[in-house]
Amino acid sequence: MSVPAFAALLERLVFTPGRNAKLALLQDWFATQPDPDRGVGLAALTEELVFTAAKPALVRDMVAARTDPVLLALSHDYVGDFAETVALIWPEREGVNAEPPSLAEVVEALELTPKAELPALIAAWLDTLDAGGRLALIKLVTGGLRVGVSARLAKTALAAWSGTAVEEIEEVWHGVAPPYLPLFRWLEGRGERPDPRDAPVFRPLMLAHPLEDAEVAALDPARYRAEWKWDGIRVQLTSGPGGARIWSRGGEDVSGAFPEIVEAMRFHAVLDGELLVIREGAVAPFADLQQRLNRKLVSAKMLRDFPVGVRLYDILFDGAEDLRALPFDARRARLEAWIGREAPARMDLSPQIAFASVAQLSAIRDGARAASIEGLMLKRADSPYVPGRVKGLWWKWKRDPLSIDAVLMYAQRGHGKRSSFYSDYTFGLWRPDGQGGEELVPVGKAYSGYTDEELAWLDRWIRNHTTARFGPVREVEKALVLEVIFDAARRSTRHKSGVALRFPRIARIRRDKPAGEADRLEGLMAYVSGVAEEEGARSASASSPS
Amino acid sequence: MPPPHPETWLRVTPTGLHCAPGGFYVDPGRPVDRAVITHGHADHARPGHGAVLATPETLAIMAARMSEAGAGRSRQALAYGEALSVGGVRIGLRPAGHVLGSAQVVLEWQGSRAVVSGDYKRQRDPTCAPFEPVACDVFITEATFGLPVFRHPPPEGEVAKLLRSLALFPERTHVVGCYALGKCQRLIRLLREAGWDRPIHIHGAQATLCALYERLGVALGELRPATVANRAELRGAIVLAPPSALQDRWARRLADPVVASASGWMRVRQRAKSRGIELPLVISDHADWDDLLRTIDEVGAPEVWVTHGRDDALVHAMAGRGIRGRALHLVGLGEDEDEAPPAAAGGGSLAHGVGEPAVGEGE
Repeated sequence: MSVPAFAALLERLVFTPGRNAKLALLQDWFATQPDPDRGVGLAALTEELVFTAAKPALVRDMVAARTDPVLLALSHDYVGDFAETVALIWPEREGVNAEPPSLAEVVEALELTPKAELPALIAAWLDTLDAGGRLALIKLVTGGLRVGVSARLAKTALAAWSGTAVEEIEEVWHGVAPPYLPLFRWLEGRGERPDPRDAPVFRPLMLAHPLEDAEVAALDPARYRAEWKWDGIRVQLTSGPGGARIWSRGGEDVSGAFPEIVEAMRFHAVLDGELLVIREGAVAPFADLQQRLNRKLVSAKMLRDFPVGVRLYDILFDGAEDLRALPFDARRARLEAWIGREAPARMDLSPQIAFASVAQLSAIRDGARAASIEGLMLKRADSPYVPGRVKGLWWKWKRDPLSIDAVLMYAQRGHGKRSSFYSDYTFGLWRPDGQGGEELVPVGKAYSGYTDEELAWLDRWIRNHTTARFGPVREVEKALVLEVIFDAARRSTRHKSGVALRFPRIARIRRDKPAGEADRLEGLMAYVSGVAEEEGARSASASSPS
Repeated sequence: MPPPHPETWLRVTPTGLHCAPGGFYVDPGRPVDRAVITHGHADHARPGHGAVLATPETLAIMAARMSEAGAGRSRQALAYGEALSVGGVRIGLRPAGHVLGSAQVVLEWQGSRAVVSGDYKRQRDPTCAPFEPVACDVFITEATFGLPVFRHPPPEGEVAKLLRSLALFPERTHVVGCYALGKCQRLIRLLREAGWDRPIHIHGAQATLCALYERLGVALGELRPATVANRAELRGAIVLAPPSALQDRWARRLADPVVASASGWMRVRQRAKSRGIELPLVISDHADWDDLLRTIDEVGAPEVWVTHGRDDALVHAMAGRGIRGRALHLVGLGEDEDEAPPAAAGGGSLAHGVGEPAVGEGE
């Protein structure tokens, strides 16, 4: 029954918005499915196993041979997704009494079956399944599952199910392979802990707590070291005899997206740093880095236009030597020595910032306006490298957000718990309309920052001031001012306003302020231009390191 | 003389299907002097007619949903299997299997027979009499699910999905969107058959019809209003509500609900996703594609008229079987309920409709 069981799981995962519910579904899968199917299913969900044996065209031919072309076209037109259309329209044959295949059978048969025999094999499977099962099978054999279960989510579910710390699972994860029989044996207390040996392994990262204003005064400047907080993605570089890997913050293997970094990893060490798009020494805005994320294949043009580098700030292993128990200062000295010795391409050292007092540090933080810097990191000089977020060791001190007073233009219902609330807000700023008047132009969308009371108030206000509806979206009277805060702003040709905000959220509802007195677009654009100039200046100084 | 073709005595007008020799309409879209009503859904049973002929159950449903005056100035009940003659036209009612009291209208005039099926289904439904095929010259069918992608699975399996989800998420309220007439009561019966004997909570808009079903002999077990129930009682409970209530403020009384929907439309993922449904249950009171074709085969009519729905696909499929198909494009039937405001399409007013659009079965 395992393809039908897998189909039921997929269907629930596809429609379930909540993370906790997803975790519960995965735990149920681990608890109820037999080996090796539970491991095969796990690998398929996390896309550790991807099949390419059957091309979508093969499925197209199979269904075309079994259905009326007019009805197929009308159906496809209605359903939209072709795989789903096939799953639904597939003619059910009377008298088929074969058992549906198990996942392991599917995997094995796909590997062993000659291409010419695939259509008959897949058709025979489809005949044994219902619509949900057919959809799961088609998506599986054509490699298009895409249910959004990250490796991290799967590991968290394994941890919750087995009562094992997720860090322990991380340590062995990259030493095990589908269908993960030794892993399940270990988690169920029936076998030894799998030994990752030389395989590149992700070590859970040390994380920082946000520093609240109230805690700033209590900081002892002598005990902390400061660095810039870069607006890139956190990565762990692992390289040694077993190979080289780039891990994301959540332990996903992202090596494939950054081949030039892998190429430069000709050392034996585990390093912690920030992956950034860096052009001629200057860090590009996060949006540039986004161009490089989530790609399986990287074109030469991508490599040229969005060159990446890693700004290193910690070292976990030097060769086989585990440095994680050393105090931060000692690791920093080892890191500087290591960089001096290895001089790896595409990598540099994240500089430390000297400061004598918290007041001075605060001034430095306020002075940094470059979009590539989110604020400061404060690391206690004696802190060992410990996984997770231990309070008091590392702090992140984001600079104060920027703010605008914008006018609410559209609202949309949220998801999950918020599905009955208008909780996503599109807001705009004024600009000349070219005919002597002023018009609002949308500059962003925010769906957080407000309290529950504010959300309820906004929801009521929106329902009472709706001027038009477009499906789930309501247009409202241009009469409510929202104070919107955000971390950075940059030029964008993709937005009508010409500007894109990073992480906008609602700070306050300005019921006191008439809409006509909300901010103007030109003010925001002037700010964006100022930042661009400052970044140019920073790039000039960064190219001549002191 | 050969019998007259039904198209000479049964015509499509802007008001609906009109039988000239009998002087009545079937399921007219606006108030008329004489109406035969197939079943109580608002897109078929509209208020304000003069004389209304329907099954006793349908008349009771109309009276419960409309004001006394709205349900027809004079009402005549005709039970399944009985017949009467109006202006030389013989009228009989036969079960359609759609909802309680739903009927096919069998019309005979001068040796020619047409069957107006209203809405119908062939799946088992413990709350109403099963569909009976009647041989005829013209069969008039719906085609709500007239595409081959619509094949409804056995409803028992869908109810099992709901119960499995309750076992997996015992703390979460499971709220199921379902239409107040028919689907709601069928779902309750299916749950009872599956062994769910705990109280089922219902939205205020469903209470009247559930009470009526009980009076008409459909036992539903213990029902409680979801309106006044406290949050703790709703934990792990099943709550039934009209589809439109799911995404409205009404749903806020539920803590961390699993939002389900029981409808044939749930077969298509995009339809379920766009409505924010977490647990789609494919349970329909309409015939699916296979059952439309099976029924057309069984009644043996050389000609089939399609009132509403996906007539293009069905007419095409019938042509392949040598059956003459004709799309009637009747207005006002099967209108979608989704975001339409209650007043948008006029028609019936629900006695307890809390924001529930009164149009269309909509599923």
